[in-house]
Amino acid sequence: MLKRFLLRRMIHTLLLLLSVSGGSFLLLELAPGNFLTEAKLNPQLSPQTLAALHDRLGLDRSLPERYLYWLKSATQGDFGISFAYNMPVSVLIWPRMRSTLLLTATSLGLAWSIALPLGVWAAARKGSSLDRLLVLLTSGLLSIPELVLACGLLIVAAKTAWLRIGGLPLAVCVLAPASLPLLLRHIRAGVLTASGASYVRAARAHGISEGRLWFRHVLPAASHSLISLFGLSVAGLLSSSLLVEVVVGWPGLGPLFLEAVAARDFYIVAGVVFLSANFLAVGNLLADLLLYYGDPRIRMT
Amino acid sequence: MTIRSGTLLEARNVSKTFTRGRWYSDCGVRALDNVTLSIQSSSTLALVGSSGSGKSTLARCIAQLEKPDLGEIWFDGRSLANFTQAGFRHLRKEIQIVPQDPSASLNPRWTAAEIVSEPLRVQRWGNEKKRYVRSLELLESVGLDNRAPHQRPYQLSGGQRARLALARALALEPRLLILDESLSSLDLSLQAQIINLLIDLQATYELAYLVIAHDMTLVASMTDQVVELCKGRIVRQEFFPC
Amino acid sequence: MLHVENLRVSYAGGGGTQTAVLRGIDFHIAPGEVLGVLGESGCGKTTLALSILSLLPASTSVKGSIRFLGQNLLVLPERELRRIRGERIAMIFQESGSALNPVMPVGRQVEEVIHAHRDWSLDRLREEAHNFLGQVGLDPSIAQAYPHQLSGGQLQRVQIAQALSCRPTLIIADEPASGLDPAAQAEILEMVVQRTHAALLVITHQPSNLHVLSRSVAMLRGLTSRVLVMYAGQVVEAGSLEQLETSALHPYTQALLACSRPSGQPGARQKLPAIPGYSASFFRLAAGCAFEARCGRRQAVCGEREPDCVDVGERQIRCFVL
Repeated sequence: MLKRFLLRRMIHTLLLLLSVSGGSFLLLELAPGNFLTEAKLNPQLSPQTLAALHDRLGLDRSLPERYLYWLKSATQGDFGISFAYNMPVSVLIWPRMRSTLLLTATSLGLAWSIALPLGVWAAARKGSSLDRLLVLLTSGLLSIPELVLACGLLIVAAKTAWLRIGGLPLAVCVLAPASLPLLLRHIRAGVLTASGASYVRAARAHGISEGRLWFRHVLPAASHSLISLFGLSVAGLLSSSLLVEVVVGWPGLGPLFLEAVAARDFYIVAGVVFLSANFLAVGNLLADLLLYYGDPRIRMT
Repeated sequence: MTIRSGTLLEARNVSKTFTRGRWYSDCGVRALDNVTLSIQSSSTLALVGSSGSGKSTLARCIAQLEKPDLGEIWFDGRSLANFTQAGFRHLRKEIQIVPQDPSASLNPRWTAAEIVSEPLRVQRWGNEKKRYVRSLELLESVGLDNRAPHQRPYQLSGGQRARLALARALALEPRLLILDESLSSLDLSLQAQIINLLIDLQATYELAYLVIAHDMTLVASMTDQVVELCKGRIVRQEFFPC
Repeated sequence: MLHVENLRVSYAGGGGTQTAVLRGIDFHIAPGEVLGVLGESGCGKTTLALSILSLLPASTSVKGSIRFLGQNLLVLPERELRRIRGERIAMIFQESGSALNPVMPVGRQVEEVIHAHRDWSLDRLREEAHNFLGQVGLDPSIAQAYPHQLSGGQLQRVQIAQALSCRPTLIIADEPASGLDPAAQAEILEMVVQRTHAALLVITHQPSNLHVLSRSVAMLRGLTSRVLVMYAGQVVEAGSLEQLETSALHPYTQALLACSRPSGQPGARQKLPAIPGYSASFFRLAAGCAFEARCGRRQAVCGEREPDCVDVGERQIRCFVL
């Protein structure tokens, strides 16, 4: 049962990675010019040098050729050479990947550890003044774009000594609140829906205490939608992190990626996209496994 | 093979086995085992038995929602095994099924008139206007008042919803109506009302009924034949000539 | 032991309106006694059951008094109520499929009930839960199963195990036999009477259930069970089942019992004695007796005033036609 499930998910993941990497290759190729467009404008470089560069960078080969060649090396961990830095892409990416993962994981953990109890609490106290205040606050936070939040916190960091620019706390303080409102809303809604079921009333009739009721009876029943939310929040967080890193100066994949796209540094872009897609796929696989174990009804079919 | 005149439906040596067992089923997985019965036009056959005895499976086979593994079902003197696609479409008009929980099968966003005219629309019967007129007729014939056509299911009571489900089943003028415990969720007095209605409708439209019930008490009066199933086999068959 | 006096419950409707669901219910239950409540959908019987344990939504208005062992349950704080729910008064719900948590094994659901009232170790909880599952005729190995894997009858037994697990003084059963075939219904009802000494409040819409109950109670407890007949939020008749069967006083009771005992020959196409019209709708309750529109014996006074509930010996009747 589990084996078949895992096999199916593996195949999906593989297809996903192939299409994402292939897609990004294609998109980058479609963008006008290539890495050497800038170099061509440089009068100091002779046409022969340019031609040699062209050959060395493999830009004379066709797109499908380049893709397959890259794919083959990618599976062995070799993501090619960066045009700009003249270093293997993997050397550039790994440390930055770790930083981004650190940021994302910390923000994810923080956001969920606040949103989950708060969401359950708000659902339990639905309609109370505190719940209404919470809904209002989340609406407010939702409407503030991350960029504005980032800039605002940057100013705070610059004027005071509380947060160091380029440090983890600042970045987390931007990223976590960005995803918090949506999480809170959905958790509250999911738990509220689950709490309307007959078995919750039956549990109350059995004299089960409120605290235990909400966390040990309602929350597990709501876990289905919450786990799906988890998968989505991982994806959302990863994409927002790219931009936030650039603004607050966190040395993650964001700044590297942006630079590479602007410079048409092919292999960095491909490498970053590939790794991000991997990360997402693993995150989703985890979510699916959690779902499998969390909801017995799925397990049995 | 001789077919008795007036025989509407015959099941001959029908057997069906399901490959997936459930935790509680000690009846094994053979849902139907060599079941043979026949229903005459304008008559009523009551199918009784405890849970898991195969009553619903038999009904579904007759309604063409499942195919029997062995045996045949004959309708109006023709074996279902020989039917073409067009034949099946025609057959669906002749045999209609009223499900167990009538309320659950009604689209909550449609009005009663729309619900009743849906089968007509699917079978491309008449035009919009004719369908509307026919839906009003049908709703009236099941005893719903003139406010009903524009009401939605949530505005109707349980008994009214059961009547609505019945009206929908009658839209295509079937000759066999299968009631799969359709009344068991209703209150006693409502069940009595609907059964009286069914008796009237049978006389008016020459309907045959296949009634599946747990309990014979209320349907006894309108029943001509009782078949009791246990673990997929017929254990009792009684006729009540009137 | 349980005294309900002038219980009135209304739901808050849209636009500030109040819909009266229970309109003055009075009854009492002695220890060990079995009281049946006979009524059809819309008469308020489920609301009655829920109001005893204060399980109605917060927006419901509940007036009157429900005294249990001297305490008025309607004014008790939540903390006290929680101690009574499940332990002194237990409840069995109508649809077992939806009354059990779908993502929790059934054994654990029984344990949860015990855990709420006893401070025992996990092992002892498990043992006790298995014990009660066995008492209701289920194999203890079923404890690891999830609700969707079990049949209706088994789910009902799990609920009964939950209700029995803290040895309550009163068990309220809301349609305990719904959705089951007659044989299983009788089994379940008999089992409930057998397995506990608690007083029972059994709500049903089928007179046949009351027969089974009455027989079991007479046999096992040597008592006669009483029956309340409800219509449109009121008790219209009360008495022992035998009295109701042989000499029902209220036209509704007579009609209802007649429905369940059709006398026609099979195949004769004899129509059943159905009650015309639909159940009284709470949104449009006119002045006077709620059953008046469908009553075969109505008089002029029935449309003008509501009849009061009068005692006739051990019985009660709410009707002008006497």
